[in-house]
Amino acid sequence: MMKRLEKKHPLAIRWFHWINFPILALMVWSGLLIYWANPVYRIGIGSHTLLKMTVAEKTYEKLHVAYRLAEGISFHFFVMWFFAINGVLYVLYTLISSEWRFLVPNRHSFAEAVQVLLHDLHLRREAPPPRKFNGAQQIAYTAIILMGLGSLLTGLAIWRPIQFGWLTALFGGYQAARFFHFWITIGYVVFFVVHVAQVVKTGWNNFRAMVIGVEVVND
Amino acid sequence: MTEEPVEPETDAPAPTDEAPSEPVEPETDAEAQSAEAPSSDVGRELRVRSRRGFIVAGVAAAAGYGAWRLLDGAAKIGGVQWPLRRAFEFEERLTEAYFKPSRLSPTFSTEAITRARINGGVGLGPDVGAASWRLRVEGIDGRAPSELTLDDIKALPRNDMITELRCIEGWSIVVHWTGARLTDLMARLPPPRGTRYVAMETPGRGYYVGLDMESAMHPQTLLAYEINGQPLSWQHGAPLRLAIPIKYGIKNIKRIATIRYTNIRPADFWAERGYDWYAGH
Repeated sequence: MMKRLEKKHPLAIRWFHWINFPILALMVWSGLLIYWANPVYRIGIGSHTLLKMTVAEKTYEKLHVAYRLAEGISFHFFVMWFFAINGVLYVLYTLISSEWRFLVPNRHSFAEAVQVLLHDLHLRREAPPPRKFNGAQQIAYTAIILMGLGSLLTGLAIWRPIQFGWLTALFGGYQAARFFHFWITIGYVVFFVVHVAQVVKTGWNNFRAMVIGVEVVND
Repeated sequence: MTEEPVEPETDAPAPTDEAPSEPVEPETDAEAQSAEAPSSDVGRELRVRSRRGFIVAGVAAAAGYGAWRLLDGAAKIGGVQWPLRRAFEFEERLTEAYFKPSRLSPTFSTEAITRARINGGVGLGPDVGAASWRLRVEGIDGRAPSELTLDDIKALPRNDMITELRCIEGWSIVVHWTGARLTDLMARLPPPRGTRYVAMETPGRGYYVGLDMESAMHPQTLLAYEINGQPLSWQHGAPLRLAIPIKYGIKNIKRIATIRYTNIRPADFWAERGYDWYAGH
């Protein structure tokens, strides 16, 4: 068996990825400072609430996110520019470099994603194909970009609901835009948990490739 | 934690990126000799690349953390780090450049009216009724300040609107407002041409807001004396308050005692406590 190094992630994509990580963390953190002031969302059906998307006031205080609305807004409206710029540059890069071909799902991706899921749940022996990104990854990494776009657009609709009144109306009004903005953020948190779990499971060689760009391949 | 994007070009190794399936070109001439690289050469190549990659990553992370510490510890203007205050002001200029007075806050039917939540009593003072109340208007073009009674305001054309009041905390209510357009008052008591701001204060200046002229002149900016068909209660700002759906609730000042036209950017109660001065929609 022959070991060799193979290029995996382009330098630009590694930078976009790792710059986005702290930026998105800051956006979620400052968003939480804002959400504290009106933490109204829940998971439930009709009047039956399964889970309130909030914690006791004392817990907010212990987490140091209480009474920091002004701070949350000021950081949110500062960091949002870096989030938007980094995201737009990433998308432009994937388009210009043709990297999008690896990332965007095709007609086989969805069937493959099911196989990957079954494999990860130990319900299917056969491993996913050794491509750069399997179908499940293609769907996840494209969905996260669409979520980013969703955050920007719903954010714009909340930020200037009259100057961009058409956009706010498109989302079904001011409160509806805020609702989507919140749930997309929960989506990031879920993505983060699954993403980190998958990276841990896949191992060091894969993680290292996201830092140094190359990975060791056994022929 | 970084909050500023680091330029991807900055002091990072730039491997020539081609198709991902291609083998890696060795970093040194010596290594280039071994096209069929034995495992030991692959190991050396990997160590070189790893060391460099993780050093760059570490430096970038440290730089990002340093930038964060600088930002978080920056001197404050009005309760907020100065770069964040500058961002608010930049966003204010952007919005003003894009602003059109014809863009209106959506209006609703009477069925959509929600309970008129009571929020914020700063500056209301004691409930002394409307009889002794006067509205003082200062800075009128070529004239001494003028004092008006509530009947003077009610003599102006009466307007009704059912609009959403959006609180900066994130909640909103739909309110039926009745009152006079601020522009109608300003037509009677005009500011000098080109005046940039309007300041409003409660009695004794317990609460105060500043408005840019375009927002003050917006057709949905009302001097309201009724809420949901009833005269304003004391908690809602009797006898006269501002209903300005183009702004967050914090600008909808209650119990107005003074209106002043000015070219000096007026102080604003919440802008002094870390919020955006513009606070506009």
